[in-house]
Amino acid sequence: MSRIPFWNDARVRGVFYQVAALGLVVVIGYYLVTTTMANLDTRHISSGFSFLQRNAAFEIGESLIPYTAASNYGHALLVGFLNTLKVGFIGIILTVILGTLIGMARLSKNWLISKIAAGYIEIFQGLPILLQLFFWYALFYESLPATRNALSPFTGVYLCKRGLILAVPEPHPAYTTMAITFVMGCVGVYLLRRWAKKRQERTGQYFPLFRVSMGVLLGIPLLVWLAAGTPLKMDVPKLVGFNFRGGMTFSPEFVSLLLGLILYTSAFVAEVVRAGIQSVHKGQWEAAMSVGLRPSYVLNLVVLPQALRVIVPPLTSQMLNLTKNSSLAVGIGYPDFVSVASTTINQTGQSIEPILMIMVVYLFFSLTTSAFMNWYNKKIAIVER
Amino acid sequence: MQTISKTIETEGLKPPVASVGVIGWVRGNLFSGPLSSFLTVVTLLLMVKAIPPLVKWAFIDSVWYTPSEVCKTCVGACWSIVTQNLRFILFGFYPYESHWRPLLSLILFVILILYSSHRSHWKKSLFYLWILTLLVIGLLMKGGLFGLTGVETTKWSGLPITLLLSVFTMAIAYPLGVIIALCRRSKLPIIKGLSIVYIEVIRGVPLISLLFMSAVMFPLFMPEGMTVDKLIRASVALIMFTSAYIAEVVRGGLQGMSKGQYEAAESIGLNYFQTMRLVILPQALKMVIPPTVGILVAAFKDTSLLVIIAIYDLLKTTQTVLSDPPWMGYSAEVYIFISIFYFAGCFSLSSFSRKLEKELQR
Repeated sequence: MSRIPFWNDARVRGVFYQVAALGLVVVIGYYLVTTTMANLDTRHISSGFSFLQRNAAFEIGESLIPYTAASNYGHALLVGFLNTLKVGFIGIILTVILGTLIGMARLSKNWLISKIAAGYIEIFQGLPILLQLFFWYALFYESLPATRNALSPFTGVYLCKRGLILAVPEPHPAYTTMAITFVMGCVGVYLLRRWAKKRQERTGQYFPLFRVSMGVLLGIPLLVWLAAGTPLKMDVPKLVGFNFRGGMTFSPEFVSLLLGLILYTSAFVAEVVRAGIQSVHKGQWEAAMSVGLRPSYVLNLVVLPQALRVIVPPLTSQMLNLTKNSSLAVGIGYPDFVSVASTTINQTGQSIEPILMIMVVYLFFSLTTSAFMNWYNKKIAIVER
Repeated sequence: MQTISKTIETEGLKPPVASVGVIGWVRGNLFSGPLSSFLTVVTLLLMVKAIPPLVKWAFIDSVWYTPSEVCKTCVGACWSIVTQNLRFILFGFYPYESHWRPLLSLILFVILILYSSHRSHWKKSLFYLWILTLLVIGLLMKGGLFGLTGVETTKWSGLPITLLLSVFTMAIAYPLGVIIALCRRSKLPIIKGLSIVYIEVIRGVPLISLLFMSAVMFPLFMPEGMTVDKLIRASVALIMFTSAYIAEVVRGGLQGMSKGQYEAAESIGLNYFQTMRLVILPQALKMVIPPTVGILVAAFKDTSLLVIIAIYDLLKTTQTVLSDPPWMGYSAEVYIFISIFYFAGCFSLSSFSRKLEKELQR
């Protein structure tokens, strides 16, 4: 038998393919870097991150930290980053709530509710998010009245061209204490949960975790509030001249971005929730009931653990999508990270560094999310014998 | 013979009136319990409150074919902004007297898509038909031959841009995504590593950063004096983005294949490429049709992001109309109008996928 020629040897071929691929990447990379360097040179564009220290000289509409046009680019980008976090954080919480409600409505036995939910899902999934953002933003500044005739659907809530103005409780030391007890309650509930689970595994005794933790989380801050003499004073916005004084103002850009992101993403979340609930076989409900579990136990001990296993992975990817889609803020002028970075590109002429920064920031979000996902998947994976 | 038993004819009992017919349906589906009844009543009340004003705004108080001055005094919807600017919204800066060319292209395109949606037409000839039609469309749009005046691609705008870019993106991103997925599953560490980096990086960043890259960074990559058409640059960004997502979906399909399929293919002496082409891919790709269509729908919607780098797609021409002083302030009407196009595209794609899935399951 003749020997196999070396070019037909799988291993040799493997090495060849890999060397070729690597070589191609290196050559392309080298070519891009050298031409870019040459181009930057001929166009007299500086490179490097020294621009971060330079004076930004542009205003930013809203900011969580003090910012003026005299601050530097690094500071401006930080403001943008915090704005992205702000819209992402509030958006994710509201989206999960709304999406869960619509997903459950879609499964409702009530024909009308179910059909409305289906229509909602179909419409909001079927339109580009950017178009929706433009629509809400346009509606905001075209259809809402001027400050003087602000709409007030509820007391303490005003809607006008200037944005959404809400009454907020006036600062009071009791609120700080309430927040601290709440955080401590969270830690306590976490420890309690671990203990209850261990005890249940050991002795089979069920601990009414939900009721007790609700009591700890809400009851203790409530007690603090009562003990402090029930501070109720609200900072109600008042119309002074052409503007509202007091209360908390959300800009039209922020509100329309948030609204668009929530409505769009919750349509996807609703589908995720629906699929998760449907993935639990009917037999599981029946089996749990036939061994005599109460309805609340059926849900908590049997159905939810199985449904969550299906729901959580796509849910996190939807949350990530919401954060990524918040970059479309640049289209309606909300100063998020991408928007500030794009202003930076225009002003400094340096395009590579800000774009790299955008990519690094979002990669950071997505890598931490997928790290969390891997951890979660390992934690809830079905343990097979 | 004597009959042992006899059937006594009795009048069959009808089901109670309350459980059949309209009443039964309403009871079962709208008022099946206290919560359900409450929700039904509240929803109906809200609908009664919301729908008449909307109908009044959209149809009764609205104006349809008037100049913009009339709109200023009109309390209802000003659909005139759509009717008066229809040709600009759809075709943008394309030379006015040649609008029949993009229109004809669109018609050809829709016919082709309708023709392709029947599975009985899925033959090799369909592939050539697509290429031929796209060539004809390209010729119609670009001109310069057969007595058609040439039209620069910078003047292409509106609906044709949206549709052409989506189809172009899908057609290239799909095979590219499949190849990347195969690399991702490869046993060769370097090839696998490179494709993992590609997929994770692209999926981790927003599309808009890639579009910025195509708009402002890409020119720096080119040697002095060489420029690449803006449309091509943007579609490269769209293709890179979509292909990473396709790759991830296809990888799911490849992972779902049982090992026996690979072994069987190997045992009858097929090499890697034959194994993939003849055995693995046809099954794996079929399994992932629903998520793939989801990604294609997303790619179609994502073309709207081109607005941000100032490419005149359907959304950008609409905004141009809105920035025209006489027509300022009627955003809701035009946005609703172009929503119809986007919605029709997404809805038909996803219902096609549902149909296909059902057919393939049989």
